[in-house]
Amino acid sequence: MTISPPDHALEIIGLNKAFGGLKVTQDVSLSIRPGERRLIIGPNGAGKTTLFNQISGDMRPNSGRIKLFGEDVTMLAPYRRAHRGLSRTYQIITLFTGDTLEHNVTLGLLGLLPSRWQMWRPLSSYRGLAVEARRVLDTVGLLHLAGHPVSDIAYGEKRRVELAMALAQKPRVLLLDEPLAGLSNSERTTVKSLIASIPRQTTVIMIEHDMDTALDLAETVTLLNYGRVIVDGERDAVISDERTREVYLGT
Amino acid sequence: MKWVVSAFLAALLLLLPWLTGDFYINLASQILIAAIFALSLNLLVGFGGMTSLGHASYLGVAAYLSALLTSRYGFDHGTAALISILGTVAMAAFFGVIALRATGLGFLMITLALSQVLWGLAYRMSGVTNGDNGIAGLTRPMPFGLSLDSAVAFYWFTLIVTAFAFLMMSIFVSSSFGSSLKGVRDQPRRMAALGFNPWMIRWITFIYAGFWGGVAGLLYVYYNKYIHPTSLSTTSSAEALLGVIAGGSGTLSGPAVGAALVLLLKNYASAYVERWNMLLGLVFLFIVLVMPSGIVPGLSALASRLRGRSS
Repeated sequence: MTISPPDHALEIIGLNKAFGGLKVTQDVSLSIRPGERRLIIGPNGAGKTTLFNQISGDMRPNSGRIKLFGEDVTMLAPYRRAHRGLSRTYQIITLFTGDTLEHNVTLGLLGLLPSRWQMWRPLSSYRGLAVEARRVLDTVGLLHLAGHPVSDIAYGEKRRVELAMALAQKPRVLLLDEPLAGLSNSERTTVKSLIASIPRQTTVIMIEHDMDTALDLAETVTLLNYGRVIVDGERDAVISDERTREVYLGT
Repeated sequence: MKWVVSAFLAALLLLLPWLTGDFYINLASQILIAAIFALSLNLLVGFGGMTSLGHASYLGVAAYLSALLTSRYGFDHGTAALISILGTVAMAAFFGVIALRATGLGFLMITLALSQVLWGLAYRMSGVTNGDNGIAGLTRPMPFGLSLDSAVAFYWFTLIVTAFAFLMMSIFVSSSFGSSLKGVRDQPRRMAALGFNPWMIRWITFIYAGFWGGVAGLLYVYYNKYIHPTSLSTTSSAEALLGVIAGGSGTLSGPAVGAALVLLLKNYASAYVERWNMLLGLVFLFIVLVMPSGIVPGLSALASRLRGRSS
């Protein structure tokens, strides 16, 4: 029996995943400390999102193990992982477009509460949920749009709703899949400071192509290519590594 | 506008026994029963995104159970109703486990296959179900000692049950659970990532829809005092599905309107046109072309456009 806190927020051991003959994850092992800011980079098709899908439980790996705070979650359903403190955002925006921003964030809150099973009481009567949803929307600067349907708002704002839904859950581990994709320069700055302000209780793992912005947020970097971990370590060491240059410049 | 229409409909339903004779009162009772049935199917189709082509199973099984228990095994109506509903709910729980292994078209095919099995049993197990002859000579219950044999008395009974069913299903879809259900319909992956259990949400809804389908079945057999395998047929399921889609799936009042339309066509058109199904098909085609989201959403969009509000 160990009662000491686990050394790793997330630990991945020998993970493999193949679609037919295509090996999308090959013997990937990662260890991420609680509170760490990890950036995962790699060319298109390197297997970054597939790795996220396995961590979140959307996909089952063929072999290997995934541990969340020391607990083996490899075979757990996605919703069970959410209840253990894992949240994620999607590269392709996945929101409830017909519903208001407030309702979207409320669903994020509701997902972790026992009252999600309540059948006899209108959701709108939970005032506390609405207040909290609006507070979270305020932190991402979207309070003024709280009552608008998602289909009415701009792309950059939708990205921030994605983030708000995940942040509302106060996750212990947060997976961000290209949170800056498709944003304008000014929106980038907003979202960047938003990510930077995430409390240290939350471990952040981020996939991002925009190095200029993302590297500022990261402490450690993992470079993936063809489903393998090529380099893994402190940010500056990975960036100056010969193999990183090879992957990106092909020399 | 919406309130005006609702108030008018409510007044019409309440005043109907003073406005018309037994024929239309009986027709109204049938419409109410069909409305409960369509509303229960709409929980699956409209709010859950689970298109079922076997919902008649719940109506038919509850009706057969009640018919057998009261006519053959001498149960009183109260006990028979309770056992019928419990049996139907248990069956829904079991069928749900099988059907929810798939979604979309697969789900539809499994519900269709399961209902075909029941329909076949009702036809072939003539020792139990009396086969193609059906079970006749049934009685209506006497709640609190009141006879429901007159058209008006039965109408009031049906109206009370329908109002209660409508209220319960309205509360259901606006509850936290209802929001989870709609979320799972729209973005199942996201909902799972947020901590919702999509399978469990669908399964519970499947059982709940089966419960109200069973309630409709009880009313159905009380009304007809007779039960035949056609109540379990695919036609019976398809008519309800047609009503849901024509009226507006995923809206609260749409399926009731759609069910009324199907029944009215069936009753009126069949008197003049032998192939009334063809007429039903044409009407359905017209609705789909002109108001693809259904009568109720279509008309409310039209109303708001007429008042100059852009939609």
